[in-house]
Amino acid sequence: MSAATSPLDSVRSWPLRDRLGYFAAWAAGMALIAIAAAILIYMGYRGAQYFNLGLLIESPSSSLNQAKSGGFRDPLIGTATLLVLSTLIAAPLGVTIAVWLTEYGRPAGLARAVESAIEVVAGTPSIVLAMFGLILFQEWFGFLTFDAEGAVLGRSFIAAASMMSLIALPLVVGATREALNSIPGHVREASYALGKTKAATIRRVLLPAARPGIGTGAALGMGRVAGDTAIVVVLLGATLQILNGGDGGVFGFFKGTGGTLTSYVYYNSPAGEGLAPEKAYFAAFVLLGVVILLNFVVARLARRREPAWIR
Amino acid sequence: MDSVMRSEGPRSEPDLVLAPPPPVRRILVEEEPTVVQPPAPGNGYVPLGGHGNGLTTQVRRREPSSAPKIERMRTEGVSIAYGEKLAVDEVTIPVRQGEVLALIGPSGCGKTTLLRSLNRLVEITPTATRGGTITLDGEDIDRMEVTELRRRVSMVFQQPNPFPMSVFDNIAYALREQGSRRPRKEALHEHVADALVRAGLWDEVGSTLDHPALRLSGGQQQRLCIARALAARPEVLLLDEPCSALDPRSTQVIEDLILKLRDEVAVVIVTHNMQQALRVADHVGFMYLGELVEYGPAEQVFGSPREERTREYVGGAFG
Repeated sequence: MSAATSPLDSVRSWPLRDRLGYFAAWAAGMALIAIAAAILIYMGYRGAQYFNLGLLIESPSSSLNQAKSGGFRDPLIGTATLLVLSTLIAAPLGVTIAVWLTEYGRPAGLARAVESAIEVVAGTPSIVLAMFGLILFQEWFGFLTFDAEGAVLGRSFIAAASMMSLIALPLVVGATREALNSIPGHVREASYALGKTKAATIRRVLLPAARPGIGTGAALGMGRVAGDTAIVVVLLGATLQILNGGDGGVFGFFKGTGGTLTSYVYYNSPAGEGLAPEKAYFAAFVLLGVVILLNFVVARLARRREPAWIR
Repeated sequence: MDSVMRSEGPRSEPDLVLAPPPPVRRILVEEEPTVVQPPAPGNGYVPLGGHGNGLTTQVRRREPSSAPKIERMRTEGVSIAYGEKLAVDEVTIPVRQGEVLALIGPSGCGKTTLLRSLNRLVEITPTATRGGTITLDGEDIDRMEVTELRRRVSMVFQQPNPFPMSVFDNIAYALREQGSRRPRKEALHEHVADALVRAGLWDEVGSTLDHPALRLSGGQQQRLCIARALAARPEVLLLDEPCSALDPRSTQVIEDLILKLRDEVAVVIVTHNMQQALRVADHVGFMYLGELVEYGPAEQVFGSPREERTREYVGGAFG
């Protein structure tokens, strides 16, 4: 091909059908970019318009007077708490499941059942997970939830984080499996050939090698957790302020109810009852920032690829 | 011809311990030639590595080692099958310290399977079954703890496979107990350095032990794997086509290393490269379709093979 030939020149020589398909694909890509850019620009514009760092450190209150309705310190803490708690549950559990599936996976029928179970969990809408969690935490694990003078509502950070971790779990399992599968078999054999057991091999060779993959999965899961609303409404109460679960202390905090940025945005949006859309815009701006930050972390981790062996 | 010398025990038979060749069930002539014949000989010398890259000179005939020959391992009528498929058929072969044993043969002839049976690595293939006995210093390896066996019979693989950690930790990993982080670095340093010196890598990485092992060149990675395999002071070193992923110069470095190592450890190398076998091996076993067709000193197997099948395989290469 000569240097003067541009890719478009060769497209012009294609049959009409192929050209139409090509431009449809091109247009779809451009439309996606346009939508993403529109979201970013609009939210950035609104965020800048209502930019007020004071909102980040002020507790909200339910006053109709917007000067007194405060900021979203509590929802911010709620989001952070849910992120940390659900990752603490999902990451170890997900890595363990992935290790079992890739390194053991026997009997094969059980492995297939586990895979199906993960797919079911991944495909379940979060509102269904929330309803399931509500039964679970009302009937059996009430002691882990907010105690409203004897009435068990099944709501707490623990309850919400447990169900949130199910959202993150399939992503952690998937990314970890992919990372483990990309380690050549002879690397495992090299460890066995040094007289190491399977357990030592997993702990000292395979998991360290899979660390970027595990991190990617965890960060992807956190992005989903940060963005979920249904579980917050059903299992965390979506209250404006964080309410301690009674006993005081850290456990009381985890037993308590609260809200997140997502529930705060909903509350203050025109659909909610807070009637402070400008605060909703700024909170949404912050939420978008958190999720974009997590995506950035994913990209960084994914770029620090798993170690490359000579094949 | 050297003879098998055990420090104890009455066994001092000569090399010809093989059972008489079994009746030929498969006839070689019917097979498509599976091997690319090496370059035609000029004046009886063979190009080194046959890569024609200017590095090649001629085969350096190794000097036999002056170290005493000690039989370390022996397979006795070993057969290995993957499911229904027989991969190794009744192989009896000694493995001696003080010399290099090369297993040659076309792809799929069972040489790697035989090698992997020596440290029982073949067991990790779920369908694999084995018959016959293998001994290490007279002890049946099936009665040994497998982790103990693999510390005494270590292995280097076809592709360099350092672990994704530092150079130091790669070797320390081999020295430490299962998964344990102890003993601490200082205590291990001497052993790590010793292993790197023996693998001829110390001069290149001695000052950068904390660098990631996967940043080394391919040849360095493979020598690191050899150092790792040597770290626990094994009695037998198994090499599964250790140079096939390397360039000719790294190959030469590793072949020199193999010749240096044979005095202190029994070396078994699987290779599909007959020049390599001629360069490094003292004894050669030629395998075909799972059978050990011929076993003897390298000069004899290459120079005047007794078996027609061996002649066809090595034929042409050496005049």
